[in-house]
Amino acid sequence: MKIGVLALQGDFSEHITMLKKLGVETVEVRLPKHLAGLNGLIIPGGESTTIGKLAVAYELMEPLREFGKEHAIWGTCAGAIFLSKDIGRDQPLLGLMDIKVQRNAFGRQVDSFETDLEIDELYKATGTEHPYHAVFIRAPIIESVSGSTKILSALADGRIVAAQQGRLLATSFHPELTGDTRFHEYFISLAS
Amino acid sequence: MEAKTGTWTEKKGLAQMLKGGVIMDVVNAEQAKIAEEAGACAVMALERVPADIRADGGVARMSDPDMILKIMDAVSIPVMAKCRIGHFVEAQILESIGVDYIDESEVLTPADEEHHILKHNFKVPFVCGCRNIGEALRRIGEGAAMMRTKGEAGTGDVVEAVRHARSVVGAIRQLKTMNDEELMAYAKNNGAPYELVKEVKELGRLPVVNFAAGGVATPADAALMMQLGVDGVFVGSGIFKSGDPAKRAQAIVKSVTHYQDASILAEVSKNLGEAMVGRNASQMPEGERLAGRGW
Repeated sequence: MKIGVLALQGDFSEHITMLKKLGVETVEVRLPKHLAGLNGLIIPGGESTTIGKLAVAYELMEPLREFGKEHAIWGTCAGAIFLSKDIGRDQPLLGLMDIKVQRNAFGRQVDSFETDLEIDELYKATGTEHPYHAVFIRAPIIESVSGSTKILSALADGRIVAAQQGRLLATSFHPELTGDTRFHEYFISLAS
Repeated sequence: MEAKTGTWTEKKGLAQMLKGGVIMDVVNAEQAKIAEEAGACAVMALERVPADIRADGGVARMSDPDMILKIMDAVSIPVMAKCRIGHFVEAQILESIGVDYIDESEVLTPADEEHHILKHNFKVPFVCGCRNIGEALRRIGEGAAMMRTKGEAGTGDVVEAVRHARSVVGAIRQLKTMNDEELMAYAKNNGAPYELVKEVKELGRLPVVNFAAGGVATPADAALMMQLGVDGVFVGSGIFKSGDPAKRAQAIVKSVTHYQDASILAEVSKNLGEAMVGRNASQMPEGERLAGRGW
């Protein structure tokens, strides 16, 4: 099992630490050639505008879209924005997932928050039942999903914060900033 | 559970999202847009870049909140702003207008020569400068959720940033090999909180993100700092005091991502036009140095 982490900008090393804990081989992806031989890819948190511009500059857009047709990809926060089809403004997007995303949906940094989520899919996959503690940082929300995309988790007020479409996964929060490896385990099962 | 805001995880976490990125000084909305377009992961809003603060002399204070708000409106990336060392009311004002990070900065004229701000009292996270491990851990002890080297701002001379980064990274390497019984003496000798000294030994790094700042002017400077072990780079005067700011900004963004790839660094270093006019930091009289402000 070899998982790549897009390492253009953001907290890619935090994802690598989580994957290593789970005994997975990891690769930092900065150029198209780094995608060869991977079973899956994580797009980390960071600034989606920065990540998008660097992906365009180093001709990663098409290779990433091709990769996503065959393999699992998981985007956290900026990564979820980058995977989406529509964010209502002009910046480079992979457009792989049928989700509409709103950036900075909760406000500025002083509004960033931590909370517990109930995620049945995750409980089933990992044989656990305790809540998932989620860290949201200048986080986006998933405004709507369409096509075959299913909602994995929403806040009490109904706002969607995690979605899945086949082997593609989007979360507005940052599992890589917690000690809880369940989301990474779930993603590895999608990549297998 | 109730949602919790302003936690230590939240404060540190935003800095983690900035890693591998470039934070650029901007003095108006137009420059902020150029920075965002070039791929900056955040901007620092201030009225004058350090090179101009040096040239103008006088007292340098927090910027006009209206000017900071205009920059916050102009871009979608995080916006930071500076307050004076020890000036907790400037910090309260910056927090109230909603900036994403406050830099308690030696670039401005210090308001307190003995005390830094108790940063744990705020919901907004702070970044502070350091020259060595003791200074870094004192600031983290006060609640700084991100560190940067002080370097020597407004000079375009990277020598002081290198000195400070090597000092911090070297100290971490040294701590990793120490016995637990040596840690208290180390804490005493470096004026650093004992619990944080222990934490650095266990983690093998600072407990918060650590950027380079103060004199970075070229893509090669930025990559040098990354290879020395920092998590990202602040560029102050180096971009908008150069001949072609947009092009230089893009090149520095690329150099931080591809900091280990010399052929890409060569490519992005081509035809950037004039770099900022530098000032030799090593030959600068003590009174003109900013890094000595704060302790």
